[in-house]
Amino acid sequence: MMNRMECLQILADHVTDEIVVATYSSGTDWLAINDRPLNYFAFGAMGLASSHGLGLALACPEKRVIVLDGDGSLLMNLGTLVTIGAVAPKNFVHFVGRNGSYEANGGAPIPSQNVDFAAIARGAGIKSCHSFTKIARFEAKIATLLKAKGPVFADLVVEQGPLSDRDYSDMYAPTRRFAFRAALEGGT
Amino acid sequence: MDDKVKEPMADMAEQLSGAAIITAIKDAGVGFILSVPDLHTAKGLLMPIADDPDLHLIRVCKEDECIGISAGLSYGDKRAVVLIQYTGFLYAQNAIRAVAAEHRKPICLMVGLLGKPPGVAPSDAQRIGVRAVEPMLDIMGIPRQLIETDADVPLIAPAIIDAYVNEHPTALLIGRRPVAP
Repeated sequence: MMNRMECLQILADHVTDEIVVATYSSGTDWLAINDRPLNYFAFGAMGLASSHGLGLALACPEKRVIVLDGDGSLLMNLGTLVTIGAVAPKNFVHFVGRNGSYEANGGAPIPSQNVDFAAIARGAGIKSCHSFTKIARFEAKIATLLKAKGPVFADLVVEQGPLSDRDYSDMYAPTRRFAFRAALEGGT
Repeated sequence: MDDKVKEPMADMAEQLSGAAIITAIKDAGVGFILSVPDLHTAKGLLMPIADDPDLHLIRVCKEDECIGISAGLSYGDKRAVVLIQYTGFLYAQNAIRAVAAEHRKPICLMVGLLGKPPGVAPSDAQRIGVRAVEPMLDIMGIPRQLIETDADVPLIAPAIIDAYVNEHPTALLIGRRPVAP
């Protein structure tokens, strides 16, 4: 099992001009590590991060889109994997932090601890599917994953993070969306 | 969804042309159609759209996916229409509330009012779900247009263009089964 912050730090070391779509706990952790204009925080309804990311991937084919999802969030929109598998955007990388809980909602467990998300993604038609339980292996593979032909799906088995209330107001601030749009238009 | 419903008796003197709706969608600069099939619009809109080389149809599993995809597309200045049935509109309420209404994203909903007899106002429809659509849109401050006959089709492109230019959602309620091109 890995620590999510460590995973995100490793990811941050490899991110350059990609769009990063993050949500809930992954979002606040990512913001703490790598505050940058090309971060897009999936606002609104839980579960839609990958759908926002799919739209961005289609709209910006010259950009790589990295989605930082959670297992609880993905379960609320599991059909997204079928849609992504069918659309097959080459510039799309989907990481799911699997901590077995609805961490942002107080830490209650998801309905089952035995969900094989990579197998579900593979069955949905996503060809490049991976699962990581050890930080050293994740670190060794991250560069390859980020350059691979998408869609790429990677299940990251992580410990539950702190259950203290998180402040999402900064993450969802309109100024961040304006900055994101400006960064896209400016090609930064 | 609800595939046992036949079109109620229609006033045959009036019709709604699927081809005219598709032309209006294109005139508004729309390139993407995000859809879950709806019996009401399947033959007149969805099937011809699927064959139209100028429109990129994305078939999704559940209607709320459309809301996220459409929001993402808007950041790349790509325009989309979300083509769903009123039951899907009801299903996707939380996404519509959050992304379209609260965050004022230009989500363009084209909602088939399956089972609403032509010429009958949605508020007078027998089905609870059909009657619920307009009040829910009104509560969320989403402007709406009832597209019932060919005379209403000119309302479509300006509504979509205004949504994208002024960054707000809009809803086009398809009140009668469109005729296939």
